[in-house]
Amino acid sequence: MSKEQRLSEIIAEHQSREGPLMPILHDVQAEFGCVDADSERIIAAGLNLSRAEVHGVVSFYHDFHGEPDARPVVQICRAEACKSRGVEALIADAEAAAGTRVKLATVYCLGLCSVGPNARIGDDLHARLDSDRLKKLIETV
Amino acid sequence: MTLVRISDDALARACGADALAAAFEQHGCTVHRVSSWGMQWLEPLVEIDGKGFGPATLDDVAAILDGTSDLAIGVIEDHPFIAKQQRLTFARAGKTRPTSLEDYAATGGWNGLKRAREIGPEQIVEEVLHSGLRGRGGAGFPAGIKWRTVAAAPGSQKYIVANADEGDSATFADRMVMEGDPYALIEGMAIAGQAVGADQGYVYLRSEYPDAIAKMNRALELCADIIAPFQCEVRVGAGAYVCGEETSLLNSLEGKRGEVRAKPPLPALEGLFGKPTVVNNILTLAAVPHILGQGGANDYEALGMGRSKGTMPIQLAGNIKHGGLYETAFGITLGELVNDIGGGTQSGRPVKAVQVGGPLGAYLHPDQFDIKFDYEEYTASEALIGHGGITVFDDSADMGGMARFAMEFCAAESCGKCTPCRIGSVRGVEIIDRMRAGRKRDTLERQPQMHNTPKQDRSAEDEVTLLADLCDVMKSSSLCALGGFTPYPVLSAMRHWPEDFSDNPDSVRNALDRVGT
Repeated sequence: MSKEQRLSEIIAEHQSREGPLMPILHDVQAEFGCVDADSERIIAAGLNLSRAEVHGVVSFYHDFHGEPDARPVVQICRAEACKSRGVEALIADAEAAAGTRVKLATVYCLGLCSVGPNARIGDDLHARLDSDRLKKLIETV
Repeated sequence: MTLVRISDDALARACGADALAAAFEQHGCTVHRVSSWGMQWLEPLVEIDGKGFGPATLDDVAAILDGTSDLAIGVIEDHPFIAKQQRLTFARAGKTRPTSLEDYAATGGWNGLKRAREIGPEQIVEEVLHSGLRGRGGAGFPAGIKWRTVAAAPGSQKYIVANADEGDSATFADRMVMEGDPYALIEGMAIAGQAVGADQGYVYLRSEYPDAIAKMNRALELCADIIAPFQCEVRVGAGAYVCGEETSLLNSLEGKRGEVRAKPPLPALEGLFGKPTVVNNILTLAAVPHILGQGGANDYEALGMGRSKGTMPIQLAGNIKHGGLYETAFGITLGELVNDIGGGTQSGRPVKAVQVGGPLGAYLHPDQFDIKFDYEEYTASEALIGHGGITVFDDSADMGGMARFAMEFCAAESCGKCTPCRIGSVRGVEIIDRMRAGRKRDTLERQPQMHNTPKQDRSAEDEVTLLADLCDVMKSSSLCALGGFTPYPVLSAMRHWPEDFSDNPDSVRNALDRVGT
């Protein structure tokens, strides 16, 4: 199935819902790893919106990306509670372990605030990290 | 066969609960995955015949089963952390399987909804008003008044929106409700729908909570017939902190950029798709089934102090020995929460600062530990309760760095609609950097064409004055609480720990006194 066909399917699936754009963008991001300019055009046409409107939404939210990134992602929480538990001291080692192979992303709060520092890989959460455990996570992702 | 209860809350799972549950099954036990008791330092907590063992690892399985484990904490319900609480919203925590309809009904579930259907909309609103329930998202607006406004608003289509965009650091109570007792939230929404005449609900749930999303979807599927004709759906956010602000959330639900709307019109009159909408926090809605139970409103109203009625699920987090969920009546002091209940810092070092209310809440000094948990008392101290999250810092914390982070966070998460927040936050970071690194004029100011700019470098006092002035502008002219409250952590950190901002703390104090902040 071509990308265009798949996009039309996703759009059709959500079109009858109230406020269909966000669910569509989530599905597109999950399936293609990004919402690129082509996808924006097709979604805009499908929902009778301007491309600018769709691009405005895609670019507003941290979860949507305009370009694909094949690297695995490790999200590290760097909000106050994790800072108070020492996450900043782990960052240099984490960056070294990640190198160019893994993408480290900052997230503000995974809601595990009494057992930080915390990280998320896909839908898996990891708590009580120290430098070694975080490095191991990054190396094996 | 031994029945073992282990939480399937995201926090317990992140600490290894799944592998532990599998290990107990291999040892021939029946494992029930239940909600979390909220004693997070003990997760994964293993419960056998009401007795607890935690934090358990795979190596402890055999010892726990043969009764020789030194992780035993005795009967969980008698543990001081649990026994001293007044749990209403979290009455089922630790006791039921989250998506089990059987468990929910057996513990008084759906009684509130049944009674609400009998007494009718006006009486529901009356009881919520009487209970004194205030919005638990942070603003503390009386829930009953909001409901009454929506009920009276003209229009055939109305909405109930549950705000589950719990983005504040140190807060996890919404997550625990959705993962541990999802039907309580759904019942609260259905009651709200009954009260205002709405048949459609949305739960706007942040994407950082994958477990909660799965549990809520599952729960909604299972209870669709019970709440009918009310319908409810989960909508997933996309990583924008500002979407916790109600009008920004509504825009996001509509499929727009999550920009804040100017008020009025109030969402109660023109909310989702321009229709009258109740937007309530998860904790507000989850408190409703209890209030609508027989005599619930009276019980709720009898707790608390002043105009802060009922209980607040307080979240103890950060560098704290006994972190977790502590639900108690309003009026408890911060010192009791941090020292007596929380056991001080986890690192064992002295407490330096406590941030209450998430990234927009003030940093409180241990000298202020007698402050009582109450909306008005916190407001009077230039602080806020917010969503009830408490982050403890030990004496290694750099408060200048934390103040800078408050501005940096605001800059990263600003929706960009209003200038004080969008640009003020960036300028705030720059000023704090200059204060901490020496006080040169920046490049732009030294350009020859900037002929009105003084050429001498700023003194420490100049910088503080400038920052205080900036904070004043942000506070008074931002469109929402993101820009409007970011000054609280910044100014409180400067006030209490000036030495973390400048080599000359007295100059910081003097400047703050002079501008009267």
